[in-house]
Amino acid sequence: MTFNAFLQNLSNGISLGFLFALIAIGYSMVYGILNLINFAHGDIFMMATFFAYYAIAFFSLPWGIAFFLAIVLTAVLGVLVDRFAYRPLRNSPRISCLCSAIGMSFLLENFAIVVFGGRPKAFFRPEVFTKVFVMSGVRIHSVSIVTPIIAILALLALTYIIYRTKTGLAMRAISRDFDTANLMGININKTIAVTFAIGSGLAATGAILWALRYPQIYPYMGIFPGWRAFAAAIMGGIGSIRGATLGGFLVGLLTIMIVAFLPALAGYKDAFIFVGVIIVLLWKPKGLFGED
Amino acid sequence: MISKKMRNNNKLNCLVILLVIIFVTIAERSFDAYVIRILNLCAIYIILGVSLNLINGFTGQFSLGHAGFMAIGAYASALLYMSPQIKEVNYFITPLIMPFRVIETSFFVSLIFAGLVAALVGFLVGAPCLRLKGDYLAIVTFGFAEIIRVVFNNLQSVTNGPLGLKGLPIYTNLWWTWGIAILTVLVVKNIVNSSYGRALKSIRENESAAEAMGVNLFFHKSLAFTVGAFFAGLGGALLGSLVMTIDPNTFSFLLTFQLIVIVIVGGLGSITGTIIAASAIAVLMELLRAVEAPMNIFGLHVPGIPGMRMLIFAILLMTVVLFFKQGIMGNKEWSWEGLFKIIFPKQRDIKEGD
Amino acid sequence: MSVLKIDSIYMQFGGLTAVSNFNLELKEGELVGLIGPNGAGKTTIFNMLTGIYKPTKGRVYFYDREINGLGVDRITSLGIARTFQNIRLFSNLSVLDNVKVGTHVHIKSPIWKAIMHWPSYLKEEDSIDEQAMELLKVVHLDKLKDHLAGSLPYGEQRRLEIARALATNPKLLLLDEPAAGMNPQESRDLMKFILDIQDKFKLTIVLIEHDMKVVMGICKRIMVIDYGETIAEGKPLEIQHNPEVIKAYLGVEAATNYA
Repeated sequence: MTFNAFLQNLSNGISLGFLFALIAIGYSMVYGILNLINFAHGDIFMMATFFAYYAIAFFSLPWGIAFFLAIVLTAVLGVLVDRFAYRPLRNSPRISCLCSAIGMSFLLENFAIVVFGGRPKAFFRPEVFTKVFVMSGVRIHSVSIVTPIIAILALLALTYIIYRTKTGLAMRAISRDFDTANLMGININKTIAVTFAIGSGLAATGAILWALRYPQIYPYMGIFPGWRAFAAAIMGGIGSIRGATLGGFLVGLLTIMIVAFLPALAGYKDAFIFVGVIIVLLWKPKGLFGED
Repeated sequence: MISKKMRNNNKLNCLVILLVIIFVTIAERSFDAYVIRILNLCAIYIILGVSLNLINGFTGQFSLGHAGFMAIGAYASALLYMSPQIKEVNYFITPLIMPFRVIETSFFVSLIFAGLVAALVGFLVGAPCLRLKGDYLAIVTFGFAEIIRVVFNNLQSVTNGPLGLKGLPIYTNLWWTWGIAILTVLVVKNIVNSSYGRALKSIRENESAAEAMGVNLFFHKSLAFTVGAFFAGLGGALLGSLVMTIDPNTFSFLLTFQLIVIVIVGGLGSITGTIIAASAIAVLMELLRAVEAPMNIFGLHVPGIPGMRMLIFAILLMTVVLFFKQGIMGNKEWSWEGLFKIIFPKQRDIKEGD
Repeated sequence: MSVLKIDSIYMQFGGLTAVSNFNLELKEGELVGLIGPNGAGKTTIFNMLTGIYKPTKGRVYFYDREINGLGVDRITSLGIARTFQNIRLFSNLSVLDNVKVGTHVHIKSPIWKAIMHWPSYLKEEDSIDEQAMELLKVVHLDKLKDHLAGSLPYGEQRRLEIARALATNPKLLLLDEPAAGMNPQESRDLMKFILDIQDKFKLTIVLIEHDMKVVMGICKRIMVIDYGETIAEGKPLEIQHNPEVIKAYLGVEAATNYA
């Protein structure tokens, strides 16, 4: 492989890594606080793109507002999912929550099929995102430049919220010890709602960046990034935001690199992600980087 | 005496089996093809649901990998019951490996093979999952099922890859499906009501206490996975020969999801509940198919709403999980004793010792 | 031959030493008490004996057979049974089924005979049923045999746990705070009960307890653990007057009450 090709793959991998990181954080945050794997997270990701799509297509909003609105609506969606599918089951056996999460995932997917239609739609791509820069033989999409910037900003905002605000303190307390936090007067439901809002908002950000990069949206589009981001969260140590970020990069790079370096195994790439998850869960359940 | 009760139960159960045989005979002769297809699906869903319930409901190991075992069963049996000619037609890109290329066996033999291979894989999947709990077990089993799907998608020389297998001969009929359904229910019921079944349930209730009482976790969890996978393999094989076409995506998570709905709606700890739910959902699936296809109502062309079926199922699952956690039957089973108590409520003082 | 020979066992979790240098030799028919402040390591010792933890150092011999490192279910099959401090019953199973689970470890029929309702298996089910009912009668729970274990009041749950442990046909019974939460009358009944079952089932018993009346009342020998170390060992009277023990655990007042 030429050096150029290597750089190309590297830049793709890093860009993808950021996207997975944004989604993976949502999985980690919810798991850290609720010990629940939010199966519906990938589908919330998918809904964000449709929110943006219809905001532009139906309501003719300028893309900046449409994207922002989509992120907000998705955050609200995340809160609603928790409110109606997970909150009633707080005190139920884990299996109930798991089934609820799976059911929610299917519900969102099929709702999208019924309401939006199963055929892929073309996502609107503003002018500024269609430019491609060529640097020493490597094609860099403008989206690939914007992605890290937005992602880093989002991560900084997240870090600020978690470590500098009372809500963030509450979130950390709950993930350490649910019962004590409850007894200390922390409003559990409100804090959990905020967690979902932030996680979903981040996923929505990732979703729009994703749709700008791969502008075909369809109801099942959340499955592929969802499972990869989930794998990233697991490998980084589920419950850990830092782990989710690092895991996101790992998965992003691996996704691109495996196809690039081992084209013969390209058909198996979906399996690799699960092999990775299984190995991590069996061998180092706290993740490759340990717990946060 | 417990043994006397069991013997009596067995006699009464034979009666039920006889009734089913009579029913199947009549059905084979006089029902139309559509109804027969639904009856076949009912039986297959019973096989799949009951086998899943053994793992998820009675042993408390929440496995999401059932579709994987079905896929293995479907392909394993197809590789044996397909004639060499059909094989050649299908495997036109890469020929099927030997000896399968030239072998053709009876449906019966292929079923046994399917069950055994699926059981073996069930054992291999269950073994590493021993120490995993709840969500993690679900993820790992899901992962195994996905890996199986991807591998099948790529092994052209064995499975014909994404092209799948077409033109499978229809061997599945009411005798096979209901016969195996009865077998599944009997085997699982006998396991569950035995000392081994109590051990499985104790694992579900409290693993550490179960171990402390001498229950070997490895043996019993493997038992659940292996037996569950065996019947899932049979179910998959029957399904394959019913729908005549299989490809790696036939046995997707969607199918596992339907089984989860069946098991939850019927009640995680109840075979009876699973039977009822499986039949109901098999029928519902077919009826709802109408909703997804375009219809002509009074001359108005109403376009079908694809995705509606699964949306309804998702809502059904959510409703049960949120409001009817126990499902239809919860932990309760049909029992001859229970029936007599309802019919003859006054005779409540009959002692165990007879 | 001693029932149990514990040879200098240690339990270390990372940097923390939970149990250090614990030694004990038990003869058949003994009733030994294990007392000490909360967190002293008593349950950890039970966990080491039953295979939940493997001792970091040292050995355990059960009837001259080395058992440290064996699996939990294996050790139970050899004849050691226990109850738990925080009661771990099978809540959604019936009272009778809870006890029957205990008998499973010694079942002779293989799984295929059970599935096929082989006559020899059906006979075994009968004897399991008999044995379980016998045990329920001993703990006075036979009338509640079909009730859900989780629906029982606390005291009955404790008795059920003991019946379940007895179902495994143990030679050595480890009771972890069986009197917890009991009123004085219940504790007195429990004392008599423990002595009765010891006699009836020919058991050797080790008892963890905080209720001093129970401990001093039925134990012939007592070991006192504090911070993982054995600080005293001897007969009840000796222990009561042992200054180390008084300092660490009993308190001067208590010592005078039990004299």
